[in-house]
Amino acid sequence: MIEVKNISKQFEDGYKVLDDINIVFETGKTNLVIGQSGSGKTVLLKTLVGLHEVDEGSINFDDRNFTTMNFTERKLVRQEFGMVFQGGALFDSLSVIQNVMFPLQMFSHLTHAEKLERANFCLKRVDLINKNRLFPSEISGGMKKRVAIARAIALNPKYLFCDEPNSGLDPVTSILIDNLIKEITEEYQITTIVNTHDMNSVMEIGDKVIYIYKGHKWWEGNKTQIFDTDNTELNEFIFASELTKMIKHKRG
Amino acid sequence: MKLFFHLGRYTKLMGKVFSRPGKASIFFKQILKEIDSLGINSLGIVIIIAFFMGVVITLQTAYNIENPFIPLYLIGLGTRDSMILEFSSTICGLILAGKVGSSIASEIGTMRVTEQIDALEVMGINSANHLILPKIIAAVFINPFLTIISIFIGIFGGWLAGVLSGAVSSENYIYGVQYAFEPFYVTYSLIKTLFFAFIITSVSSYEGFYCTGGALEVGKASTKAVVYSSLMILLFNVILTQLLLTH
Repeated sequence: MIEVKNISKQFEDGYKVLDDINIVFETGKTNLVIGQSGSGKTVLLKTLVGLHEVDEGSINFDDRNFTTMNFTERKLVRQEFGMVFQGGALFDSLSVIQNVMFPLQMFSHLTHAEKLERANFCLKRVDLINKNRLFPSEISGGMKKRVAIARAIALNPKYLFCDEPNSGLDPVTSILIDNLIKEITEEYQITTIVNTHDMNSVMEIGDKVIYIYKGHKWWEGNKTQIFDTDNTELNEFIFASELTKMIKHKRG
Repeated sequence: MKLFFHLGRYTKLMGKVFSRPGKASIFFKQILKEIDSLGINSLGIVIIIAFFMGVVITLQTAYNIENPFIPLYLIGLGTRDSMILEFSSTICGLILAGKVGSSIASEIGTMRVTEQIDALEVMGINSANHLILPKIIAAVFINPFLTIISIFIGIFGGWLAGVLSGAVSSENYIYGVQYAFEPFYVTYSLIKTLFFAFIITSVSSYEGFYCTGGALEVGKASTKAVVYSSLMILLFNVILTQLLLTH
């Protein structure tokens, strides 16, 4: 469980990108953070993993206060993290299998054969086989995301962070990635946080949905409650497309 | 004020760079990879440049010796000392600042803008140490060899040009190369090379590491890396010469 208590973040230009956010991200659930581009979703995610420092408040990973930890203490907690970046963030100079093996090389004491076996298992788990020798520049966007997920789960993380994992992907691949994240979350009972502005993801995997609006937590619920809310800003966001308007109309 | 900001940030970055590496086996592999990438891959350009520098120094010296009382073996001596004192360390340093510096800045800059550095940080890896220290160690280790090679190639180029053009006889040139040899000049040249290797890798890494934006900014970081590395090389050339060669 990740507990976010009253966190605020202001950039150097004075813009308050996160303002007094309180959220509990539950274990074994896919927690979706939704909001418009520029609402503060990515900053929130990067703050959770320590890429940005908070100005106020605290972040607790299973009652361990991450915000007050030093680099060495954070390093230990970070080994429990898996992160899927928006563009995949695969290491260009490493092949697919080397990318997945990388965290194992850095942090595990397994033999080379065991690391290889684990990396192959993770790649198989994301349905990516026979691509081991290819480099990131030689695979498609969807494959990159899958390799990124395989790398993120290589060390059996307790916390999985995904920043817009299906941006730039076709609807079929998007659903595959969404379902994969949900399956992994439930299978390994990890705390997963997914940043998205894709309403398909909300409908597919939104066990818990948090709506961020202009740096504030504006709404919290789940994928069924979201269609019945009377929150004006959230309604404007989710029913912006003709498709979601049609769904609402059909639901009555 | 901006200068102090960059100096402070550079110092802080170096503090992160010079910390204990994560895993020794991976770190050692990284160093070998960088030796190949920064050193071995630069051998070709260093040889070509050193050869032509030697040729030109010899021809220019010969062209300028009009007085019949000046012995021709001074052409060999002049080429040797020019190569050792200045050309092999400083000029090759400037050329490497262009080749290696831009490559380092664009590599690290691209890693920054594509979130690969963030990925390392999230994993709990000291990204500055993991990416930059192997480059610094590799360059500091391999560049003195490049300097030594370039000294020999330059002197050889001068001999070839002198003999083929008839400007100086082979015996005279070789006598000049051996005449009044001061071994400390080589030490001086190697000390400069070590400083320049550190400057090229650390300044270029700094520019890449703090690059923000996209492809355009990576290009700008690459240009800045070359310009600032070159300026620092020229500045330290003066400082080191003053410190090491004046009595």
